[in-house]
This record gives sequence, C-alpha cells and structure tokens, in this order.
Amino acid sequence: MSTLHTVNKSPFATQTLLSCLGHCQEGDAVLMIEDGVYGALDGSGMSELVKSRAGVVSLYVLGVDAAARGIAPERILSDIKSVDYDGFVDLVAEHDRTQNWL
Amino acid sequence: MSETKKFLYVNRKAPYGTIYALESLEVVLIGAAFEQDVTLAFLDDGVFQLTKGQQTEGIGMKNFSPTFRALGDYDVTKFYVERESLAERGLSEDDLQEIIYEDEDDDYAEKPSIRIVSRAEMAAVMADQDVILSF
Amino acid sequence: MQIGVVISEGPYTHQAADTAYNFIKSALAKGHTVPRVFFYHDGVNVSTRLSVPPQDERNIQQQWTALAKEHEIDLVVCIAAAQRRGLLDDNEAKRQGKDASNIAEGFRISGLGQLIEMGIQSDRTVTFGD
Repeated sequence: MSTLHTVNKSPFATQTLLSCLGHCQEGDAVLMIEDGVYGALDGSGMSELVKSRAGVVSLYVLGVDAAARGIAPERILSDIKSVDYDGFVDLVAEHDRTQNWL
Repeated sequence: MSETKKFLYVNRKAPYGTIYALESLEVVLIGAAFEQDVTLAFLDDGVFQLTKGQQTEGIGMKNFSPTFRALGDYDVTKFYVERESLAERGLSEDDLQEIIYEDEDDDYAEKPSIRIVSRAEMAAVMADQDVILSF
Repeated sequence: MQIGVVISEGPYTHQAADTAYNFIKSALAKGHTVPRVFFYHDGVNVSTRLSVPPQDERNIQQQWTALAKEHEIDLVVCIAAAQRRGLLDDNEAKRQGKDASNIAEGFRISGLGQLIEMGIQSDRTVTFGD
C-alpha cells in the first residue's frame, strides 16, 4: 500500500514540501506540480533535503509546470523524474491513495 | 452504505485568517451522516484550530471552535494532533480545548478525542486511510 | 479507475482549476472515468456564467461546461460555499429573494453530501487547491 503525495507550493514560500517529505513513507511517490516544481531545483537550499528522501520515495515533477516557469531540465535534480499529465494520472492509479498537500 | 471507507480530513491551516478551517469542519459535520470511519488530523498550523480561549467578537466573526466538542455525538472521535507541530509553535496539550466523547462500548465512559501523536505516528495514520481530503 | 476530483480554489487566481482540467482530460483519454467534479471553497467561482476573460486567454468556465457536456461529468457546486460567495442558480435566487442567478450551464448546486458520496464511490480522490 502506498501513497502519491502532490505538492503545489514553492518550498521557499511555505513549509508544505518540508511537511510532505516529513510524512511520506517508504514506497510512496511525491509529485511536484504548479509552483511546487521549484522544489525540484538543483543547487537550492532545499536540494539536500529533497535528495535525502530520494532513496525512500520516488520523486517526480510535472514537466509542463517546470517548462512554464522556465526551468530547464538540466536545472532539475537528477533524482527527480519528469512526467506529463498522463504520467500524473498513472501515478494516481498506481498508488493506493492520493494525498494533496495544499 | 455498501462499504465503509476510512476518511481522513487533513487540517494544516490556522483558523480565521482563511476559511479553510471552518469549511473543513462543515464537511466533517455533513460527512458524519454517512457513517464512514472518520479521522481528523491536525498538523502544522492546523493545531492552532484546537486552542482554548478563542475570543472572536473583536474581529466580527463567529467562534466556531466549540463545534469540535459536538463531534463526539456524531461518532467523530479520532482527533490526531501532531506533537512536533505543537512544540514548534510553543504549544502544549494544555493549550488545547478539552474534547471528549462517550464510548458506548465501555459503558459510555468519557474519553478524550484528542490523541497527541508523533510525526512518525501521524504518517502511519495517513498511510492507513482510503480517502484523504485536504483543505 | 473511477477518479473523484475536488477543486477548491477559484479560476485565474489559482492554477487549481487549470491543472484539474488538464488532469481530467488525460484521465479520460486513458480510459478512466470521472463521473463527478466537486467545487468547494473559492472553487465555486469556476461556475459563474458572467466571466468575460480577455479574448486571448482561456475561458475557464466555458472549458468546464464543454468538458462536462462531452463526457457527461456531473459538476457539483457546494451550496454552502456558493451561498457565501454569491453563486446562485434560479431556484436559489428565488428562494433567497435575489434579483439574478449566475450559474453557468452544466453546473448544479448541491450539498456537501455529494462530496462524501464521491469519495465513497471513487477508486481515487484527488484535490486541486491551495
């Protein structure tokens, strides 16, 4: 049994990503969407924390939201996989429940 | 109802500055009629929703915190409050209002609805749910 | 899978309604069903028929009306949240003594029970909000 977590807020604006990462369990997935994609940036103050969870949960970013915000793929942490809306849907189906961190 | 699902209402926001706390509670009240297995989670700023002594006359809003105390009558008796969230905010259990329910399986003994849990325990509660509603 | 969707923020101000719309289009194309979308908090504002966005911008309300019609999606607007924010259908306007109604085609006003029912009946429930 696993959970898909989504985070839609920048980790520099609120503690939402921090709280999400603090509550997810092994085997879960975390998908960054909307302004949440800034949590996927390499070389930021959050990068080490995000990378530290990469072994425990699967990390994803909604590619179209990153592109919209001018985040080039090479600026995203290598532990994070980019997906599109189809991938988002697949993640919802694959995990037993969805928890949306607002 | 053909099946009972575990519903978790996640509360992470403070009351009054935004409507999320109030409207979340309204869902819980209506939802109680559906006899599902309901749990309320209070973490991050959500713990502020349960504090004692909310006096709202000065801001012209209704104090809705007493409504939490009525939930026991609707079989909503599981209020998980995160210990780390309280500590980060300089709060303790004493700052929270007393919410009790009568356990019909134990001769209607009065028991506390609020259970203070660790972050790890809260994560386990979340992982056990069927439907998670966040506000 | 049967997927239940909650939209809890308003159009344009938040991306929630857009993300939900794109998500649902993908879900339907993949063969999942989305029988209902529930609008709560400021999400009820998606249902206004009076929105006139700039010509070169997407018309969020019209997108939802069209999507609902094409795929028979039940767009439910929470009555309590709607009343607070001034979204009224003809019945509600009459009942409340207001001189106008403003709910767009394809949306209907109903109670919070519809949200719980959706949670019970869906395989997955996803919330788009703030």
